[in-house]
Amino acid sequence: MPHRYPNPKRPLGWMGMQRGHRARPLEWVAERFILMVSLSAILMVLLIFVFVVREAAPIFTGRMNSALIKETIPVEKMDSLSSRELRDYLELTPEQFAAMDRDTLRLMMEVKAEAMNELPEYIRDDKDARVNTTKWRYMLLPHRWTGYDSPEYIWQPVGQIHKYNILPLIIGSLKTTLIGLLFSVPLAVGAAIYVSQLARPRVREVVKPMIELLSAIPSVVIGFFGLLVMASVLQGIFGYETRLNAFVAGIALGFAVIPIVFSIAEDALTSVPRSYTQAALALGASRWQTAWQIVLPAALPGVFASVVLGFGRAIGETMIVLMICSASVVSWDIFDSARSITTTIAAEMAEAVQGGHHYRILFMLGTLLFVVTFVSNMIGGIVMNRLKSRLEGGKA
Amino acid sequence: MKTLIEKLAIASVIVVSAVSAHAGTITVKGSDTLVILAQKWAEVYMGKHPETKIQVTGGGSGTGIAALQNRSTDLCNSSRPIKAAEIQKCLAAFQARPREYKVAVDGLSIYVNEENPVRELTVEQLQQIFTGKIRNWKDVGGADLPITVYSRENSSGTYEFFKEHVLKGRDFVASAQTMPGTAAVLQAVAKDRKGIGYGGAAYGAGAKHLPIKADDSSPAIDPTEENVVSQKYPIWRYLYIYLNPALDKGEIGEYLKWIRSDEGQRVVKDVGYFPIPANLREK
Repeated sequence: MPHRYPNPKRPLGWMGMQRGHRARPLEWVAERFILMVSLSAILMVLLIFVFVVREAAPIFTGRMNSALIKETIPVEKMDSLSSRELRDYLELTPEQFAAMDRDTLRLMMEVKAEAMNELPEYIRDDKDARVNTTKWRYMLLPHRWTGYDSPEYIWQPVGQIHKYNILPLIIGSLKTTLIGLLFSVPLAVGAAIYVSQLARPRVREVVKPMIELLSAIPSVVIGFFGLLVMASVLQGIFGYETRLNAFVAGIALGFAVIPIVFSIAEDALTSVPRSYTQAALALGASRWQTAWQIVLPAALPGVFASVVLGFGRAIGETMIVLMICSASVVSWDIFDSARSITTTIAAEMAEAVQGGHHYRILFMLGTLLFVVTFVSNMIGGIVMNRLKSRLEGGKA
Repeated sequence: MKTLIEKLAIASVIVVSAVSAHAGTITVKGSDTLVILAQKWAEVYMGKHPETKIQVTGGGSGTGIAALQNRSTDLCNSSRPIKAAEIQKCLAAFQARPREYKVAVDGLSIYVNEENPVRELTVEQLQQIFTGKIRNWKDVGGADLPITVYSRENSSGTYEFFKEHVLKGRDFVASAQTMPGTAAVLQAVAKDRKGIGYGGAAYGAGAKHLPIKADDSSPAIDPTEENVVSQKYPIWRYLYIYLNPALDKGEIGEYLKWIRSDEGQRVVKDVGYFPIPANLREK
């Protein structure tokens, strides 16, 4: 008796009872379960995004004020304030405010005035102390801070005056990521071509799992290895000044990216129909010609996807860069240090006062990272589809 | 289905109450500088008072103070005095000023590579080196080599202390390498002939601890116990414990009293920090 698949348009019915000639409650349950898992994955992504953006929102709307010196209201004037004004002044939530008695509020006002008196002399006349450093102007453009000879991009979030210029971090992230990709993509794609097209089966069976095993090394271990061994070895070879720099971090990052790019590119190359290879070989092409001119172009969308995913991994990788280098300099020199966005978030989040401006800025950086990865994946998807349709002879 | 949910709910209630039944434990959280000392204190104290359980974690001074505000810790270790803004948060959380105890003295050493010929530095020179005004060792009497500055992550209490007291609030030079811990700074300086870093005097091996002069005319002072405790050595700080005053009684109160006693202060010395002179201890 030929097996009949149920009509997909027909309703499943409760527990799959109406489906086909036999009741399949187990299938029904499994199907529902898988649906729930995928829905919850989507929900998680959304929730995380909403959370990150919500925490960063006051920065985007410009409601944060990080100026060191703000107006203080003398304690005697407490009674002239409305409760709303008092609450805003003391930066309390409505619940906290409601829980407080008059004496505590008074104490809080005293402490607030005390905080201003606690400031050292030199800072009180500093014009920078009255600047709200969370404005976009200070976060993106150079500013000449007191004590500097020229306008500069400064990331120094901790101290009396919080300097939040994010440009050094963006450059740091891009610098390490690009070095990592330039190092790893040629190696990984080359290895993928070799393993999938040229290697003998015996060699392939050894090489492929070995490269993929690289991804089993935790990034802390790669970072530690980079910090202690690679930094010294590479310094010996290239003879640069700064021992721990973006170059070392990029190479170490490359080791984390290689297995990802390799395994996806290898899959793409292997899944090119055998008929392509056979036709090319039958027409007299050598194995190299077949690999380079037939198989690689046919697998290009997949190879491209592997590079995009490698980029995502590299820019999101935290531990390796954190361990190897983290000085927030503005410099495109690969032998200078760098501080990536992820490093900054990981290293500073623990100390940032919840709800404070530093905390909000870190979430803003998180949003930025999210958007960059999202856009790069989207562009990757579009380019991939274009390539695919062109290769398949559809509309380009 | 409903009964299953109910069962789960009951189970979770049981788990939660089992956890909170453990509230007899004293939790200590905060400064990474203090974490080894705090663990040692806890170990010695628990050896004598087996009925008391003490749990110590690090994370940084700010993390500890934040935990104090969330009431997720009983005691907070801090390597810097609490800030007014943080006191305010504490007031909002438990309507009282956190109580402060000075529990140890720490001298900050300046580390340079063993091969570095520089013998001493003034505090002024340190400020210029760490802010990037001096960028070559020959300007402070060393070889003609560029200086590599090693610093700590800005979440560290040591970083803030150094910035406030040695740099006088100025920014670290942008090219300063930030390291995840004092041991990492020491390790980097040990490997880098051009390096300079800072960290607790207790961290010893690997690099040279430079004698420091308070100003040009004063003598260079080594960061030894005698010099730090007598405040001759210019870069030193107190280490603190903060807590909600409402908790300063019973088991916790006893523990804090013991820390401040001669016996507790002896432990400080074992770990490499310096005890608070008896006349300066809070009663």
